[in-house]
Amino acid sequence: MRDRLAKLNLIDLFLWVARAAILAVILVGTIKTIISNPYSLRNWEDFIIFGIAQGSMYALIAIGYTLVYGVLQMINFAHGEFFMSGIFASTSAVAIPLANAGYLASHPIPSLLLIALTSILISVGISLLTERIAYRPLRYAPRLMPLITAIGASFFWQYYFRGLFGSQVIPFPDIPQLQGSLPFLHTQVLKTHVLVIFVTMVVLVALNFFISSTRPGKAIRAVAENKDVAALMGINVDRTISLTFATGAAMAGVAGMLYALVFQQVHFFMGFIPGIKAFTAAVLGGIGSIPGAAVGGLFLGLFESLGPSLFLQSLGIPAFNQLKDVIAFTMLVLVLIFRPQGIVGERLKEKKA
Amino acid sequence: MSKRFLALIAILVAGLVLVACGGGGASTAFECTDEIGCVEVAAGAPIRIASALVISGANADLGLDSQHGVEIAIEFKGDVLGHAVELQAEDDGCSAEGGQTAGQKIVSDPSIVAIIGTSCSGAGVPLAQIASDAGYAVVSPSNTSPALTDPDGAWKPGYLRTAHNDNVQGAAMADYVYNTLELTTAAAIHDGDPYTEGLANAFRVAFEEMGGTMVAFTAVNVGDTDMRPVLTSIAASAGGAPEFLFFPVFTAECAHLATQSLEVAGLENTARGAADGCFSAAAAEAIGSSTANLYISGPDLAFSGDTYTRFAEAYQTNYGSAPISVFHAHAFDATNMVFACIEQVAKESDGSLLIGRQDIRDCLYATENFTGITGNLTCNEYGDCADAKIAVYEIQDGDYVAIWP
Repeated sequence: MRDRLAKLNLIDLFLWVARAAILAVILVGTIKTIISNPYSLRNWEDFIIFGIAQGSMYALIAIGYTLVYGVLQMINFAHGEFFMSGIFASTSAVAIPLANAGYLASHPIPSLLLIALTSILISVGISLLTERIAYRPLRYAPRLMPLITAIGASFFWQYYFRGLFGSQVIPFPDIPQLQGSLPFLHTQVLKTHVLVIFVTMVVLVALNFFISSTRPGKAIRAVAENKDVAALMGINVDRTISLTFATGAAMAGVAGMLYALVFQQVHFFMGFIPGIKAFTAAVLGGIGSIPGAAVGGLFLGLFESLGPSLFLQSLGIPAFNQLKDVIAFTMLVLVLIFRPQGIVGERLKEKKA
Repeated sequence: MSKRFLALIAILVAGLVLVACGGGGASTAFECTDEIGCVEVAAGAPIRIASALVISGANADLGLDSQHGVEIAIEFKGDVLGHAVELQAEDDGCSAEGGQTAGQKIVSDPSIVAIIGTSCSGAGVPLAQIASDAGYAVVSPSNTSPALTDPDGAWKPGYLRTAHNDNVQGAAMADYVYNTLELTTAAAIHDGDPYTEGLANAFRVAFEEMGGTMVAFTAVNVGDTDMRPVLTSIAASAGGAPEFLFFPVFTAECAHLATQSLEVAGLENTARGAADGCFSAAAAEAIGSSTANLYISGPDLAFSGDTYTRFAEAYQTNYGSAPISVFHAHAFDATNMVFACIEQVAKESDGSLLIGRQDIRDCLYATENFTGITGNLTCNEYGDCADAKIAVYEIQDGDYVAIWP
């Protein structure tokens, strides 16, 4: 007994030292940066806007993780592939032919809507197919099995789309109307970033309305609360779960469209890193919570964009920008230590935890 | 229970002994006197060589182009000492893991005489180690990292290359920027890969020696897409925004840097530079219209001579396009160097061949004034064989056009 206590104390001590060390690095770095101030106000505004734009995309993808987790308590690791499939197919099959025909430059708005619609439809289709074939048969299997299946599905879709459209980087066509930037405060914001932030806000508001005020949205919440009772109340659980996947995938489809506009290239492996990051964002915000996914995404984007310059540069770390992922994941660890439920998550009941 | 177990062990041991005796009995036709082993090619059997090049993913053009060079070399050569040549093509994945996998796969096959590869220096480091330990000879048509032929770095016995050393390429780029573009401040970005870091560093050393100032030297990650934060911090460097920004990284990151550096405040007038990792049809397509003020260094592809004319025709006929990247000719030369050495060291008897692995290595390192497409190749003791000529290119309408020297 005493042995066990001694061990526990040592681990606790170590954890506290680790927390203190991380916090100290952040504080010392930040204070040094503020004193030496290598950046102008405009630079800081740029960093924040880059972070918000990047975070918006993480937020949209993270919605898919959090919705599925809320309903099935399952991490859908194929979600990054839902994101990739929509825009990869839409770029190859719609955007490039439209651009070659000159229609994209002459009618950008209908073209963009068409590209976005294709991206959403394909993402949704892939997600429904994956749910039906790979997840539903395992609905009552031990929880590890759908997880492994999800990883398998992820590989399957990556290589399926690689087979369809090739393994090379495919450039997303330029849209002349979206080039250039708009003045804002002391800086210039890229038009694509304005579009990303605006679309994300609209989509998130619409999603919130859908989940909280429509009948299908209520059904999703009821199934998330308790599948058996929901079934007794006359809710078709299978269909509601499919709807959950479709909603998440539609968000991923929109995110894919925005990603292609900002980064202008797509390839079959593009879903992997955003997928992992968005999963991190979902956990950071509190997995299972929709506002959590949005907040987590924004925080992650801001950490990545601001972190290296804010507190690594002044510590004299070489190639500090290479450490942005380290910062993102350290933040995750830190949040999970101090607030295990995530930034806005609720404490999970025994059953779901 | 234990009796049965013992019986099983006995059977297994007996099996092993039988197999060992059988193996010993079969290879008595020749006596191998080579200190690290021999490859025996039976009468009528093909001579097997392996390639380990990046043939999938974003950088596939780089490796496929070299693989085409190897295939054309085999086609032109026909038979070597009366044996056909068979190529086993592996993928180096342009990563350390990929090089490791390809290397392990190749050295598990004792019939392979030599390896042409890798494409990426990052894959070359583990592959050189594995192949060297197993006694194989490796000739890379495309690795350019200085570390790979540095005996204090990643060089291993048996490793050679026909591609230039990046100390040459970095110095050429610095020369172009400082003396031709007349720019005096620069920044460099690499991605931690031995090739990119080595080249960025070679550029830094040469540029500073000439009298230029490096205002920033930093790195991104392979797979990063949002380069704007790192570009913003470079633009806000203590020494002021650089006049030249060098990012010798691979296709995907190179295209992101090329596109996004035009959009970052403070870098509007900065000239940009990339290198041979960003020199392929796919890279030009990914960079798209962001080609203003962008200079790309690479091997000088102004080849001439009858062999090159035949080579270019064969490439067009076999693969339906002009060469898609830069190291096809280096791969052709590397393969021919290997063939020349096989012809020189193989011992023949009744139509079968015995090739000593150390003999092949010694012969390759002794290569002198070997006439290839890329020039007259002479190898030094650490395997640098290239007759290095570097040019600087611009992308005009999707084509790389040489503008210097």
